[in-house]
Amino acid sequence: MTERTVLTQADITRALTRISHEILESNRGAENLVILGIPTRGVALAKRIAEIIQRIEPASAAVRVGSLDVTMYRDDLAHTRTRTPAPTQVPGSIDGATVVLVDDVLYSGRTIRAALDALGDHGRPSVVRLAVLVDRGHRELPIRADFVGKNLPSASHERINVHVTEVDGDEFVSIDGGSIDGGSTDGGTES
Amino acid sequence: MSSERYLVRGAQLSDGTTTDLLLADGVITGTGTKLSDAGATVIDADGLIALPGLVDLHTHLREPGYEQSETVLTGSQAAAIGGFTTVFAMANTSPVQDTAGVVEQVLALGESAGYVTVQPIGAVTVGLEGVRLAELGAMAASRANVRVFSDDGFCVSDPLLMRRALEYVKAFDGVVAQHSQEPRLTVGAQMNEGALSSELGLTGWPAVAEESIIARDVLLAEHVGSRLHVCHLSTAGAVDVVRWAKARGINVTAEVTPHHLLLTEELVAGYDARYKVNPPLRRREDVEALRQGLADGTIDIIATDHAPHPVESKDCEWDAAANGMVGLESALSVAHAAVVETGFLNWKDLVRVMSTTPARIGRIQGQGQQLAVGAPAELTLYDPSARRVFGRANLMGKGVNSPYLEMTLPGQVLATFHRGYATVLDGVLRSTAQIDAARADLVGGSNE
Amino acid sequence: MRHLLSTKSLSRVEAITLLDIAEDMADVANREVKKLPTLRGKTVVNLFFEDSTRTRISFEAAAKRLSADVINFSAKGSSVSKGESLKDTAQTLAAMGADGVVIRHPASGAPQVLAGSGWIDAGIINAGDGTHEHPTQALLDAFTIRRRLHGTASRGRGLDGVTVTIVGDILHSRVARSNLWLLDTLGAHVTFIAPPTLVPADTSAWPATIGYDLDAAIDAGPDVVMMLRIQAERMNAAFFPNSREYSRRWGLDDERFSRLSSHSIVMHPGPMNRGLEISSAAADSDRSTVREQVANGVSVRMAALYLLLSGDREDS
Repeated sequence: MTERTVLTQADITRALTRISHEILESNRGAENLVILGIPTRGVALAKRIAEIIQRIEPASAAVRVGSLDVTMYRDDLAHTRTRTPAPTQVPGSIDGATVVLVDDVLYSGRTIRAALDALGDHGRPSVVRLAVLVDRGHRELPIRADFVGKNLPSASHERINVHVTEVDGDEFVSIDGGSIDGGSTDGGTES
Repeated sequence: MSSERYLVRGAQLSDGTTTDLLLADGVITGTGTKLSDAGATVIDADGLIALPGLVDLHTHLREPGYEQSETVLTGSQAAAIGGFTTVFAMANTSPVQDTAGVVEQVLALGESAGYVTVQPIGAVTVGLEGVRLAELGAMAASRANVRVFSDDGFCVSDPLLMRRALEYVKAFDGVVAQHSQEPRLTVGAQMNEGALSSELGLTGWPAVAEESIIARDVLLAEHVGSRLHVCHLSTAGAVDVVRWAKARGINVTAEVTPHHLLLTEELVAGYDARYKVNPPLRRREDVEALRQGLADGTIDIIATDHAPHPVESKDCEWDAAANGMVGLESALSVAHAAVVETGFLNWKDLVRVMSTTPARIGRIQGQGQQLAVGAPAELTLYDPSARRVFGRANLMGKGVNSPYLEMTLPGQVLATFHRGYATVLDGVLRSTAQIDAARADLVGGSNE
Repeated sequence: MRHLLSTKSLSRVEAITLLDIAEDMADVANREVKKLPTLRGKTVVNLFFEDSTRTRISFEAAAKRLSADVINFSAKGSSVSKGESLKDTAQTLAAMGADGVVIRHPASGAPQVLAGSGWIDAGIINAGDGTHEHPTQALLDAFTIRRRLHGTASRGRGLDGVTVTIVGDILHSRVARSNLWLLDTLGAHVTFIAPPTLVPADTSAWPATIGYDLDAAIDAGPDVVMMLRIQAERMNAAFFPNSREYSRRWGLDDERFSRLSSHSIVMHPGPMNRGLEISSAAADSDRSTVREQVANGVSVRMAALYLLLSGDREDS
């Protein structure tokens, strides 16, 4: 089984910077922007994007950033081990805001479907966008990302491992040949 | 008395000697080695122990009135497979065995079943209500010849009534068998009171509720010069009280059940109502004291307190469940495990506590005698080397409320002989048709 | 988690996980839509053999916030009170397709019997059994204490070093038993104060200090004082002479409340006998958590229902 690094820490930083610029461009500034990460690693990525945006546009008001746990909205709860939810922290009202959901890997799209449901229970944003570090394909729902760090065509038996410093202590994206043992990050097991 | 003849070859007696036993006409007609009898069925008893038929002073047969739980016939069958040749049938039937008519009915049902001698026990008080004495004299003088009186299930808690009962039974050498349970100290009681009941939130049955009644009763028995039998001792303190009474010369006898010699209260922790019994299972220290008391003669006998219940009485929450366990089928194996394998008793002692002494306390003739020429052919053959996982198939009565299911127990009864005919052969209960055929030429079907 | 029958059988990790999930559940109450779709299509039966409107509606609210269908089955006025057995009731519920059964029963151990019976496959939550346990009450109490002490930094924490004094009828209290095991598991120290007649026969194996003197316990400055409801029928059974004497010796009256150290919180599982075991001043003060306990009860029960009813049955 071979593991191959596809993004280094520097690549990830560059990708996040580009995504931040694209968010600003599409939103025409940092106005009314709420960045919500999907636990676990999406939360760290969301914070970084918020920081980068703040650096690019130091004059604008503080970008609101938070987390949106989707556990309670998943459609596979009855089919897997009981999942322990992570905290949800939505910074203020999202009514009328532009919400950018951030996740590490986009795969089947089911997590994002759950996130959209969860978001709806918190309020009514005017626009919802999706930013992901890696899009690996194999969508099962009509969902696509607005901002993508890297498109990474992969076979479904392959695993995508995402490490970020805040969670894992090191940072890279790798792909390996589909071992059936555990040890993968949740990015790889996203379904 | 029976047309069946058996030659039991090479059985070991409880004293360790080996002998052949020739059974004919309802009695033992020969002992020794190399006996022969061309007409007899030969039973190879090599490795088996021949014990005098076991006598249970404390059995609930439930008939009349609770035939869904047990009948005299099914209870007799359970007794036979357990090696018993006599059971004393407790009085808490419906109607209660508190008149000559009812005890004679139970006697007749036992005779009709034919597996064991069924000796009725009479109630002490009318309807077991603890208010006025039942017709003890009439029951004693009846064909049932009652000598043991008990309100078992209820305690004769009124001290004056207990005194009168103890006095009154002296007229016919009777004995009051007391279920020692102070009722006010055991309101709603569910299990032994202690650390475990505190944790499980089950109302406690304190040891003192048993011990205080025993203490009172032995003093009453001393005062009126009568004979007292204490049912199912369950606590270390109860053993101490009886030991004290005997040392003082009080005419008291005491019994312990097989389950109180083996099982402890920890079994209650899962709230499985099979372990609900009165008196309750106690602590390990109590079990040890009961074994010791049995070994040193403080406790005279083992009695089963066989208490069958229908499934629904146990298949429910603990509080709603009935008290009691079936015990006839397993008694000998459980006693074997609890007090023989552990070195408290030898086989001779076991004969004393499960046959000779219970027959003597109950004043029953023709039971509990040593296996010798001229003695009645009341005996059982037991394989002490067998080990078996005790299961529902081993239960011959109607009740399946045995605490020993799935447990591995030592020993097995392979044959039981009652009045000279076999009730159990090759470890299998004989059919009612076989029993009827075996005693076809019995004279009159009398009890003696 | 297959069933929630007692706190004695909960590990520290399980307990903290449940409390943490309850924190998430509590946040739902502050949202625009106070409901989660998590248990959509699941059926929860509240099987109550004893009246307890408070506990029942708390479970009902919890199940409904998780989008479960709720059936209330009260033994009062049903076939149960006409002698139907627990077994038949359980099999009826199984036939209706209950996924979870919340059972309140006057017999200690009834939930355990139900869980082990094979009569029904549902997850069982003990909502109070006889004088045995009431695990969700203890969990909501622990949750309340943790929030008071640690606020928003509660997640992941136990109650290490916290001193909790529980006062009243320990003998008959399932709340006391469940709190004992849970608080001990979470690292707190429990002191029971009661009349000697209302202390169980043998508490030598309990991880608790037992005393009879409420004044000494107050002066020790516990972090938490929890007053238990005293039942009127205990007086008739001669556990203590009368309510006045009980109140004088074991009630949290105004004088004792004023002596309580300033950091102590006052708890009561409800319903309260004001003026008997607790004074109105104590019950209504800002150090009283009585109303928080009610709100937290819903969150904790949501967490319990989530842990029992989500996830693969065979796996759990």
